[in-house]
Amino acid sequence: MVDSAVAKKTAEAEVAQAERTRSGRAYRPNVDIIENKEELLVVADMPGVSSSSIDVKFENGSLEIHGRVPVRQTPETRYLLREYGVGDFYRSFQVSEAIDASRITAEYADGVLTLHLPKIEAVKPRKIAIKML
Amino acid sequence: MFARLGEGGNPIQQLRGEVDRLLGDWVEGLAPLVGSGLFGSSAFPALNVWEDEGNLYAEAETPGLKMEDIEILVSGRELTVKGQRREGDGTDEVYHRRERGTGPFSRVIRLPVDVDSGRVEATLASGVLTLKLPKAEAARLRKIQVKCL
Repeated sequence: MVDSAVAKKTAEAEVAQAERTRSGRAYRPNVDIIENKEELLVVADMPGVSSSSIDVKFENGSLEIHGRVPVRQTPETRYLLREYGVGDFYRSFQVSEAIDASRITAEYADGVLTLHLPKIEAVKPRKIAIKML
Repeated sequence: MFARLGEGGNPIQQLRGEVDRLLGDWVEGLAPLVGSGLFGSSAFPALNVWEDEGNLYAEAETPGLKMEDIEILVSGRELTVKGQRREGDGTDEVYHRRERGTGPFSRVIRLPVDVDSGRVEATLASGVLTLKLPKAEAARLRKIQVKCL
């Protein structure tokens, strides 16, 4: 999987490089990508998102995650310490593995998005029985 | 008094905690003291702190944590947020990318005013931890009416 560079969450955050239709800053969620026999798992830290405002798109091997984060504090807030910014999460990946797009599922709990990308049958490792003659 | 950070931890963490605490005592006002754990070089969790007249508020992003994984200690002007993020226990897995930190973490910050530790409220929603720390009576800004004579 190749990953497009997007802003880091903390401190000197930059703006997402992938072009987006909405203006404003987007942060790059930290992810784990885990492969097992059945599927690829993409686990992304996206705190403060409500599950109804997460968009996941998978098209031509390109996976896009976008989570909208509502503003939590007013602009007049008197900050004493400000170590991270609050804003949308965005990240995209090129998935080289063959994925069954119709069976992709996603869940969101405790600020973590988990995507299940099932592999297509043909690419699952198969044990080939060898016949003794 | 609460258990000091680093107790039972490794000596380097203990030393860091001690040094940061000394610095924190020295630097006026709000000084981040220590962050430790397996979350890389930057302190985890990152904190935003703000105030209004009666309260201090602290917010941290703690995705993947449940309330029972987090411990919050308040003593006078010291706020400690510590806990542990568990690792997945899957077998037969290959990690292609591993950016999400796991393991224990601990963060101590020094607050600019005394807070009423008995009335601290903590909420955790969608991986965002919010603390409301009422300022101690003595620390509240009081408006003094000036009488014209």
